[in-house]
Amino acid sequence: MSEHKITVLVNGDPVSATVEGRRTLGDFLRIDAGRTGTHLGCEHGVCGACTVIVDGVAVRSCLMLAVQADGAEVTTVEGLAAADGTLSRVQQMMQDEYGLQCGFCTPGVVMTLTALTSGNALPAEADLRDALSGHLCRCTGYQGMLRAAHRLSAEGQKESA
Amino acid sequence: MIAERPEAARFVGQRVPRKEDRRLLTGKGSYVDDIVVPGMLYATFVRSQVARGAIRSLDLEAARAVPGVRAVYGPDELAQIPVDIFALYGLPNEPAPVQRPLAVGRVTHVGEPLAVVVADTRYIAEDAAGLVFADIDYEDPVVTMAQAANGPPVHEGLASNLSAQAATPDDPELDRIIAGAAHVVTGTITHQRQVHTPMETRGLVVQKQGSGELSIWQACQSPHMAARYYSIAFGLPDHHVRVIAKDVGGAFGLKVQPGREEIAVVAAGLLLGRPIKWIEDRIENLTAGYQAREQEMRIKMAFDADARLLAAQVEYDCNVGAFPAGADCNSLGMMMFPGPYKLPRYGFKAKGWYSNTCGQAPYRGPWMIESLARETMLDKAARQIGIDPVEIRLRNLISKEDQPFSMPTGPVIDRTTPRETLQAALDKIGYKAFRAEQAAARAAGRYLGIGLAVYVEPTTMAMFGVLSSDVANIRVETNGKITATISTHSQGHGTATTMAQVVADELGVDIEDVTVLEDDSSRGGFGPGAGGSRQAVSGGGAAIRATKIVKQKIMTIAGHLLNANPDHIQIKRGVITVEGVPDVNTTIARVAEAAYLDPDRLPPEMEMGLEGNYRYRPPPIVFSNATHACICEVDGDTGMVKILRWVSSEDCGVMINPAVVEGQIAGGVVQGIGGVLLEHASYDAQGNPTAATFKDYLIPSALDVPRIEFAHITTPSTTEGGFKGVGEGGAIIAPPTMVNAVADAMVPFGRECLDLPLTPSKLLAAIVAVGK
Repeated sequence: MSEHKITVLVNGDPVSATVEGRRTLGDFLRIDAGRTGTHLGCEHGVCGACTVIVDGVAVRSCLMLAVQADGAEVTTVEGLAAADGTLSRVQQMMQDEYGLQCGFCTPGVVMTLTALTSGNALPAEADLRDALSGHLCRCTGYQGMLRAAHRLSAEGQKESA
Repeated sequence: MIAERPEAARFVGQRVPRKEDRRLLTGKGSYVDDIVVPGMLYATFVRSQVARGAIRSLDLEAARAVPGVRAVYGPDELAQIPVDIFALYGLPNEPAPVQRPLAVGRVTHVGEPLAVVVADTRYIAEDAAGLVFADIDYEDPVVTMAQAANGPPVHEGLASNLSAQAATPDDPELDRIIAGAAHVVTGTITHQRQVHTPMETRGLVVQKQGSGELSIWQACQSPHMAARYYSIAFGLPDHHVRVIAKDVGGAFGLKVQPGREEIAVVAAGLLLGRPIKWIEDRIENLTAGYQAREQEMRIKMAFDADARLLAAQVEYDCNVGAFPAGADCNSLGMMMFPGPYKLPRYGFKAKGWYSNTCGQAPYRGPWMIESLARETMLDKAARQIGIDPVEIRLRNLISKEDQPFSMPTGPVIDRTTPRETLQAALDKIGYKAFRAEQAAARAAGRYLGIGLAVYVEPTTMAMFGVLSSDVANIRVETNGKITATISTHSQGHGTATTMAQVVADELGVDIEDVTVLEDDSSRGGFGPGAGGSRQAVSGGGAAIRATKIVKQKIMTIAGHLLNANPDHIQIKRGVITVEGVPDVNTTIARVAEAAYLDPDRLPPEMEMGLEGNYRYRPPPIVFSNATHACICEVDGDTGMVKILRWVSSEDCGVMINPAVVEGQIAGGVVQGIGGVLLEHASYDAQGNPTAATFKDYLIPSALDVPRIEFAHITTPSTTEGGFKGVGEGGAIIAPPTMVNAVADAMVPFGRECLDLPLTPSKLLAAIVAVGK
């Protein structure tokens, strides 16, 4: 099995490891980088729980190899809250709207909503809902996370303005 | 808002933010796969690729030769660790097949574990598992219930595939009533096989410590239940097994009872003496964990000329698979069939069947066939008799005046509101206006339908031994903060919040000062955790009573310290005052200081410390109830169902946290919708599971769900706190609501659609057969 020395910037910290070519980014983050906030729910790219942000784009870390992330900037759910513990806007809305129960799918949902609303992006509600359909949740019936998505959307922002 | 409420209910009844969320939203949860123990190895299973046959040989040598492999165990090696696999709830069964952690001699379903590989990494373990060669003499499997009834026994030593049966005595009078009734409605409802599919699969880490103690981190529904199971199964003293489960990613019945794999990993850990982690992968979870629901009910319902129920007779079969978690035949479903209706006479015959498929385990509302069958048949009866589905229910539902009401099967329904929740649901969804809209839509070639369903849900289930009680220990620590150690357990239920709400109100402190602990079997006493929609009732009752004890101690000490009558002591937000004496006060923190550190200030003979302990035994059954209503549209060109509205109108007694209640209902409803429209754990004729990934096993996504609208009616129960339980109801009532809505939309096509799942292809076939 081929081995590769890689360095990935994880939430701003460089993490170096020697990994097999077949190691997934998800396993690298959880095992090599110790960031267990990223969860593996299906390991075949459907459930979305393992979603992280790689160079600004939401990515399923079970479908990307660690070697492909060599030199990349990766943000995981551990990297969103402020240093003083203040939750990010997406995290806070998920709490306010009771968007989670068991919390297993939650990191992926938070990362997708974060990627799509970062900066000044104001996506349409339908686009956020479409994106959420790439995340399976068995607890909540999606009610709270859809309310959070509404508040983050162009329509929701207009209402609250 | 909160400040204006009476002190006694500052938190109960409020949408308090969940204490769990900050941890879970910032990636600081602690799920079983997050646990790392020094020297830990990884296990994976070699599984049968065929459904049935004799094992000729198992060649483990190639796997053992892989660098990094530490052990490969087949059934012979694991047999060195004696283990007794049993059914946790201890339901009365027919003679059960002997079950070993790994298949011995024969395989009985695809995915049955044959060997376990333990290696330095999961990657190496899976490489090696692929090198194990199992030589199996393939036999034609028994896959369906019909095959099970007539085919060769799945298990050697059993005379047939009948796993359990139950029936009411022969009743010629019942037959006579049906024969002479003005209206008789018959039907067959088939519910396909489902999988629980929590987003976190099963898994554990086992570590042997000292001279034989075991620490086990496990995705379970109760650390106490898991610890009790392992101690009995392995013949270890209770206190030698410690099970820890801080965060669990959903369960829904799957994680009640340790499965063969978990037991095999514990055995491997004992044998090898190294810590081992096993995390089930999704394919294993979908095909070889536990499954649920495959069942069929044939119903005869008799009505008089006024559409009043006279009698019902049902026959029921379920496919329990090869090694079910409990081989029963859904006796609870048979018992609950009459529901909230006046049904003068009722009989049932129920059978469970072993087959060469994955074993079944209880899944959220395991008895739900009763509501599905009864409510869909009531709609069918309404169509057949020619009255409105609301009217047929109104003529037969029990009312408040009828309660306490003895069901013909025994349970006594009390303090429920079937008629009131029905009315609230009709008002909210705008039933009468919808009928006009529906007629207009049909004229325009659109097929809208409305479905209603009414039920009572037996919660708490304290009639089953291990579910009899829960225990709470409420301790004021030396600093005045409160630790509530309760035998509840959350796999998403939010009990760290709801139990804190209950304790904070009862004691008169802020919710921030209450920490709920429920994640470790070595802390606190035995309790069954999640199961039977029981945690609010049983855990909440225990928490209230234990808090009352500690509150009384605080009042006694405070009275002594303040020179006041203890009965005149009041506690608000942690501050203790004396009624009518405004300038005298102390705090719980100061009372705690005296109780732990300054015994000379305590009343004479008073025990030091500040804690209350209470084991609460709730009533055997507590009844919740609800009516749900759904409006859907069936696309005449594609057969696709779109849900336009969904109303939940429930009465679960006192709501501790309405947001948590609504979360439980919504989650259950969407699982029920999945069961009607999408999910199918299918098998081919050779017994191969054909829904092995989330590409084939479709659970609802955010695009498939309606916005659920809620109406709440609150009729307190007689239990401590007035709670009723709400965890399973959504999953029970959503299926008949959805089926009835689709059936109503399909009325123009005159075809009955009671064979779940109602996929677009099935509905389209019914549409095409008749033509639009």
